[in-house]
Amino acid sequence: MASLVGSRVERKEDKRFLTGKGRYTADINIVNQTYAIFIRSPHARAKIKKIDTSKALKSSGVVDILTGEHIAKDKIGGLIAGWAIRSEDGSEMKCPANPPLAKDNVNFVGDPLAVVLAESLDEAKEAADLVKIDYKILEAVTNLEKTMESDAIHDGIDKNLCYDWLLGDRQKVKEAFDKADKIIKLDITNNRLIPNAMEPRACVIDYNTASEEITCYTTSQNPHLSRLIMSAFGGVAPENKLRVVAPDVGGGFGSKINLYNEEIVCSWASKKIERPIKWVAERTESFLTDTHGRDHITHAELAVTNDGKFLGFKNETIANLGAYARVFGTVTPTYLFGPCATGVYVMPAAYSNVKAVYTNTAPVDAYRGAGRPEATYTIERIVDKAAIELGIDPIEIRMKNFPTEFPFKQTLVHQIDSGDYVAGLNKAKEMSDYDGFVARKKESESRGKLRGIGVTTYFEACGIAPSPVVMMLGCGVGLWESAEVRFNPTGQVTIYTGSHSHGQSHQTTFAQIAADELGVPIENIDIVHGDTDKGTFGMGTYGSRSLTVGGIAIVNACKKIVAKGKRIAAKMLEVSEDEIDFSNGEYVVAKSNKKKTIGEVAFASYLPGVRDEVKSPLPEGDEPGLIESSFFDPANFSFPAGSHIAEVEIDPETGNVKLDKYTAVDDFGTIVNPIIVEGQVHGGLAQGIGQALTENAQYDDTGQLITASYMDYTMPRADNFPEFNLGFTCTKATTNPLGVKGCGEAGAIAAPPTVMNAVINALGGREIDMPATAEKVWEACNEMKKTNSEAA
Amino acid sequence: MKKINVEVNGKKITKEISDHTVLSSFLRDILNLTGTHIGCDTSQCGACVVHVDGKSIKSCTAFAADIDGSKITTIEGLTKNGKMHPMQEAFKKHHGLQCGFCTPGMVMSAIDLLKNNKNPNDREIRDWLEGNICRCTGYQNIVAAVKEAASKM
Amino acid sequence: MKTFDYHSPKDVKEASKLSSSKSVFLAGGMTTIPSMKLGLATYKDVINLKGIKKLSGIKVSGKIVKIGATTQHAEVAKSKELKKAIPSLAALAEGIGDPQVRNRGTIGGSIANNDPAADYPSACIALNAVIHTNNRSINAETFFKGMYETSLKSGEIIESIEFEVPSKSNYQKLPNPASRYAVIGVYVARFKGDNVNVAITGAKSCAYLDKNLSDALSKDFSTSSINNVNISSKGINSDIHASANYRANMIKVYAKKAVEAC
Repeated sequence: MASLVGSRVERKEDKRFLTGKGRYTADINIVNQTYAIFIRSPHARAKIKKIDTSKALKSSGVVDILTGEHIAKDKIGGLIAGWAIRSEDGSEMKCPANPPLAKDNVNFVGDPLAVVLAESLDEAKEAADLVKIDYKILEAVTNLEKTMESDAIHDGIDKNLCYDWLLGDRQKVKEAFDKADKIIKLDITNNRLIPNAMEPRACVIDYNTASEEITCYTTSQNPHLSRLIMSAFGGVAPENKLRVVAPDVGGGFGSKINLYNEEIVCSWASKKIERPIKWVAERTESFLTDTHGRDHITHAELAVTNDGKFLGFKNETIANLGAYARVFGTVTPTYLFGPCATGVYVMPAAYSNVKAVYTNTAPVDAYRGAGRPEATYTIERIVDKAAIELGIDPIEIRMKNFPTEFPFKQTLVHQIDSGDYVAGLNKAKEMSDYDGFVARKKESESRGKLRGIGVTTYFEACGIAPSPVVMMLGCGVGLWESAEVRFNPTGQVTIYTGSHSHGQSHQTTFAQIAADELGVPIENIDIVHGDTDKGTFGMGTYGSRSLTVGGIAIVNACKKIVAKGKRIAAKMLEVSEDEIDFSNGEYVVAKSNKKKTIGEVAFASYLPGVRDEVKSPLPEGDEPGLIESSFFDPANFSFPAGSHIAEVEIDPETGNVKLDKYTAVDDFGTIVNPIIVEGQVHGGLAQGIGQALTENAQYDDTGQLITASYMDYTMPRADNFPEFNLGFTCTKATTNPLGVKGCGEAGAIAAPPTVMNAVINALGGREIDMPATAEKVWEACNEMKKTNSEAA
Repeated sequence: MKKINVEVNGKKITKEISDHTVLSSFLRDILNLTGTHIGCDTSQCGACVVHVDGKSIKSCTAFAADIDGSKITTIEGLTKNGKMHPMQEAFKKHHGLQCGFCTPGMVMSAIDLLKNNKNPNDREIRDWLEGNICRCTGYQNIVAAVKEAASKM
Repeated sequence: MKTFDYHSPKDVKEASKLSSSKSVFLAGGMTTIPSMKLGLATYKDVINLKGIKKLSGIKVSGKIVKIGATTQHAEVAKSKELKKAIPSLAALAEGIGDPQVRNRGTIGGSIANNDPAADYPSACIALNAVIHTNNRSINAETFFKGMYETSLKSGEIIESIEFEVPSKSNYQKLPNPASRYAVIGVYVARFKGDNVNVAITGAKSCAYLDKNLSDALSKDFSTSSINNVNISSKGINSDIHASANYRANMIKVYAKKAVEAC
């Protein structure tokens, strides 16, 4: 049997999605269900003086209206930050309480404070309009730069500062900077983004009054984690009375990592009213209340020698947490950001200082890449600026500073096990016809257009691990993953994984891996995920961890199956285990025609006996059945890397930026399914290019989100992109048996600096912040014309 | 309440509906055809695209009462005798979908494109799909799928 | 969405009779339905005009093109007759929204709604359109009054729009990258006798005739004559997508593009 790892296998999940048979949360209806509408604050910051539900409660079809008072009375806990970060001075971070329904204060537009439950959606909406709320409006804190001088939003949190974190050595950096020929300085904004999974968040809750069990169907990237938080911190029900199911989920990109207010409130309320509850977000609610991404202001400095060697790097960053700290909110701008801030370069000294602050905006949390795009954007912009100031080609300056030996001990934290950055950049250079750029630029200029080229080299740290280290750094949980592999007596295999697929294609790729390990046809392998009642426990899907952590748990469980099978086969074949080889699903006795298939072994394991004789195929000490599980905790992160090159053409008359060419060369180690990996890269690129050119979440001074619909938030569409040109290099990861590295976030990490370096190149080095909208670019073009004519 | 007579995926249907029922809700909540998705509910994202009398429209922005007497095809109606439509096959072959949420609308829109333009080039495909937002695929494999389907249809 | 009574009258008279201060006429519904969903508008009665046969269709006769109010954008875009008579108008329709919006949205709906960033109003002004209602005929210049405001009275229904066929014309728009509505749109139409109309959309509370550009191009129909026109940013819209200054500048850039394409 040919190996399936590495083949372009068509997806097992596609037929149901393509024929309308997917089952998303909003597709689920439960007999006798009520409908929930959340009442949300229209103000960014206010005190709740009074909530009057009397008229609304009498409205037709209303079952109940519950407020923050009710939820506090029932002692239901709120949402939490998953990582405890310590400040440079040793003090612990400061986090406000985040009740599921606000009782005293609301802190962002969209903050929920009551829920209306009614017989129909129309009636719930009708009643919601009748709830009267008396607010005392307070001045909103929305300007990130001025946050620390503004009013404290939360009692007891001075300067709105969650923490002031440092990674690295200030003294060493100072020494390095003292030796430098030149200091390159850069001030940048990493624009705020809204993840915008196409499926809006939703939950459907079914409470069983007899068993007292709550079933919560929800749009989650990690149902087990949601159950844990809802039980341990929310106190909604003990874990054994709480089943969380994330069925088909329509994209997450980080925004569905968190457990949200609505799931806690509806689960608790369902028990209270003894009725099922359905809640589905409207798109505006998604804009207002899904966790947002990025939103940093950074000052960075790079110390260089005249010939382009890097001596040291530092960054001072203010990161916006929004109104509350959520699961990955506090770690995204610290351990997911700082260690990557020195990029793929040998950097003798570095530090990263981050002040995370609260503002009256939606909570900010992980969004595709989480911290690593912000880090890569900073280093790759400043490296390009160094190239410009030193008059060195951007490829040459990068080559000069690459590590040449692996493992590579990166400055701040990471020990990178494998990579070949030179090979990647050379390949990208060739594929993009870098040398032909000058001619293409000339051609563009002949049509009155400007053309620019931009380069980025990046590495990513994904599959955060190992658990003892991440918990030492403040994580509230371990970041392993579990798998259980079950052979049925008749030979098919069901695999339960704690990873969750909401577009990632686990049903296919995980089955490919297992098919190779077990020698069972892929058609006979099913992957089950997303239901806390099915499968052990899982940490879920984010940070490009599914394959490198969850996939390896499957490999390990399969290996245990094969090992047990071997013991059984040996007994059945009456030979010793050493005499048996396992390949292509068969246990074969060397130099003989004696063999048993793994299916026969599985069958025997479940039916351990024969007629008329007391005889078992099971060796002594082995129990019947063929089921094994594994909890895999990797020894380290995995470190994909790559080089991307983009070309843009700018119309100086309008400022319109056309992305003309995009070449991405990535090293993901072993590739399980090329067509799926390509799809992941395409998707990541689209989001990264969206950040660079179009997307921007904007709040006004009063804290109103002014980009709260697709009319104003510019989602990239098909006509925004050229055809992407992808290439791959391969250095296998040494920290897992498949040699795989994560691939889901690469595009979103590499694309923003690649595109912006190209735009800035076209603008003759004039810096602009993302997104490079037409007007901003047009203004830069005008400045350029002015300078050029003055020079002439 | 209004009584409407429609043909949905080849089946004649008569139903009583509220005056303000929109087509997407009629399909999803009354006929249980949940393959048509609601991504924005205000006609921008395209997840709800269906065909009415052979033309693609956004079902979230049409009243069911207004569709009275029409023939409607949804994603569920494309498969004939267990065999997927060439557009569905092409999406599978080219990995033109990931999470699957925008997919029904994307497929319905793409089929309408081929009715209007039998052999579209990349640019024409990308322009036509302006009303369908996908957050997963970066569109590249969707474009490849539509081209493939054009060659097969 | 709040409940209402839905009506599907068979003729204009019946439709008009059904209307009140709490009713709305429904054509394509591309703006009406989303605004009802978002709670921005509520009505007691929704009166669908699409069942009225005589309100739909395109007729070209000599120098006049008459388009029925409920004619969908897609039909306008595809009409072979119109492509011959006023190709720029068909192209404008092809550029509205997306294919699904074009399959539903109507010219009458667009004009009655008078969105400040809608495309059709600029065509009406540039092409000396006359808007025929069930009561009267209104010149485009006096029809568009302000943001979402027209001279239509309660119960008045647009039946058709008559456009004058120009000798040359072109429409160019800078689309809003998010909504794809016009940040600015410039409609240039040149008629026999060299009279030129330049109508702008997206720039103010509603589409308008730019006198200066029209005069300059009437005198000298060339891009260089546009250079000499001063377009002030005073009174021009400013939002997160484009400042007044940018819009004012783009009016000239797009006017030139339109003249070049004429």
